[in-house]
Amino acid sequence: MTTAATGAAKTVAQLLAAKDIVIACGPGGVGKTTTAAALAATAVVEQGGRVLVLTVDPARRLADALGLKGIGNDEVRITDDVFERAAAHPRGELWAAMLDTKQSWDDLIRTHAPDAETREQILANPLYQNISGRFVQSHDYIAMERLYEIHSEGTYDLIVVDTPPTRNALDFLDAPQRMADFFSSRLLRWLIVPYRSRLVNFASKPFYQIADRILGTQFLADISEFFILFQSMYAGFVERAEAVTRLLSDRRTTFMVVSTLEATPVREAEFFSAELTARQLHLGAVVLNKVLPGYLRDAQADKLAQSMTGRTTELADGLTDDPVVAARVVGEVAESFLNFGVVARREAEQQAELKGTPDVLVTVPFFDADIYDMGGLLQLGAQVWD
Amino acid sequence: MSAAPDLLDLRLLFVTGKGGVGKTTVAAGLSQLAAEHGKRVLVCEVDAKGDVTSLFEAPPTDFSPREIAPGVWSMSMDTEASLREYLKLQLRIPVVGRIGPLAKAFDFVATAAPGVREILTVGKLCWEVRESHYDIVIVDAPASGHIIGQLAAPQAINDLVKVGLIRSQTDWMLDILSDARQTGLVAVCTPEEMPVNETLELVTRVREETTVRMSAVVINRVLPELFGQREEEIFEQLRAPDVERVLSERAGGTVTPVLEAARLAVTMRRTRSAHMQRLQAGLPEGLPVLLLPYLFARSFGARTTRQVARALGEELGL
Repeated sequence: MTTAATGAAKTVAQLLAAKDIVIACGPGGVGKTTTAAALAATAVVEQGGRVLVLTVDPARRLADALGLKGIGNDEVRITDDVFERAAAHPRGELWAAMLDTKQSWDDLIRTHAPDAETREQILANPLYQNISGRFVQSHDYIAMERLYEIHSEGTYDLIVVDTPPTRNALDFLDAPQRMADFFSSRLLRWLIVPYRSRLVNFASKPFYQIADRILGTQFLADISEFFILFQSMYAGFVERAEAVTRLLSDRRTTFMVVSTLEATPVREAEFFSAELTARQLHLGAVVLNKVLPGYLRDAQADKLAQSMTGRTTELADGLTDDPVVAARVVGEVAESFLNFGVVARREAEQQAELKGTPDVLVTVPFFDADIYDMGGLLQLGAQVWD
Repeated sequence: MSAAPDLLDLRLLFVTGKGGVGKTTVAAGLSQLAAEHGKRVLVCEVDAKGDVTSLFEAPPTDFSPREIAPGVWSMSMDTEASLREYLKLQLRIPVVGRIGPLAKAFDFVATAAPGVREILTVGKLCWEVRESHYDIVIVDAPASGHIIGQLAAPQAINDLVKVGLIRSQTDWMLDILSDARQTGLVAVCTPEEMPVNETLELVTRVREETTVRMSAVVINRVLPELFGQREEEIFEQLRAPDVERVLSERAGGTVTPVLEAARLAVTMRRTRSAHMQRLQAGLPEGLPVLLLPYLFARSFGARTTRQVARALGEELGL
């Protein structure tokens, strides 16, 4: 890999060369997953090294095209022939892994459980199954946990992470801390007491009566069993969560906010950038996807298109073998230009309003077709790269 | 299978979709449309960002509904406030002075037991339906990844909690949610790869994991069809370099960007049509698909909300 640039990176290429971990985040539906994959692939071609893209939910067509059919939690290498087919020559290795929440949780339990019996009891606990399978926050946590695990193995030069779609774009940042708080909660210990000692403290009795009335005894027992079992892993868990938090703020980690210039995503991206800065996390780049071409905002072209709408017959006369259709086409073409011009100007305004101070700000033009193969990824990567 | 009731005759309508596809726009448009048809509408934002109210150019609302347009009341979900109301109205638990620790305990249980927080949301919505303060409750629901958890919450709680007050509470919620004459779900998507994939997945999961019935799929941001086949041939003739030159001379400036923009529009439309066809082929027969045109608007507010309402009304044959 090239040596780290001194000072702030000026391009995404410099940023990637200087960091171990790039976390792509931002609102949903803006091409986060594709951008993360494109950067990882481009890094392999341009800089070499072992690069991993840790993704959440790649488009099926893209995964298929990369030969990743049915990949799961384990890292899979994307073979060189996938690059060769796109006429590119990898200098390093591209690996990919997809996050399987349930699987990752089960693995975590297997790692931390003190003995086989506890492990099996936890895995069979209805509450655990619910948490690991459906619990939204557990998804956020496990994504960061996986990142930590992979990073500490030290197998990769660069890890590009695609963050899960969250209700709140920041949930995954807070997840490790929340998980630590959760397991060290006083309330937790309080709740477990009666089931452990069968001696209810006088002061807490009203609480249990109400809890019992609302939730039912069996459910409370399930909760308690779960936490009593979990306590055996408590120290390991909290320690782990804290390490994950430290990794996020490490200087080798950077964040890349991905967005489009639609109003809602921009607002979310802006909020996200501000939060990263407030938390003293490194905002390395802002990537704006699907930006309409600049010629749509050209004032002269706009004037021209306006003047064209009123004299289509005259303009089209004799140019083609069908003057009537040609006039209609000229009219449609001019109208369409004006329509897209409105959107392009709206986008430009959004961009101007976008505050935050990333090291690098990149706009990526609208691609004619969907990106679903290595060629497309590298094309996108090239737009972001320099 | 009984015939599906008209969308606006439902009592509880969830609007969901992948992030960024415009589900809030559709929820606002449906609210506007229902109000125009004389309904009293409560539109509820679940992941409150104040977007619904901004689409009516009204200030943000909180947990207590406020009328933001004629016939449209808006509220934002707040699980804490919902808990307070729930304890007071549903469980008749004397909470005066005790709400603090109890809320904390509940918060704790909610973190431990997924579904508890969701049930406070769904519970409030169902309660509004049962109380009939409004003709229809329209929910700007969480993104498609989370809606299943929310809709399945009463069932999940039912499975986890075998006795107790919560158990008896989930029963009536399930009655409302499972009743296709009362409750429906609208999935919003755009004609792009991932939104289409997610919508197809959602439709399957709604059927398999929840008791709620799909009412319609809305395809948002459908680009106008610029040309038919004949027009496209003529367009190609116009793009021939020497023809384009003459056109530029006549127009009094280079028409290249204007033609290029049309080419872009045609390509975009073509890519998107393929996704639309894929979506329609994958949806169950009989599920209505409503098309909403791309809005070439400078900004989004009350005017565009009325446009969306009109377009939805036309698609629904109202």
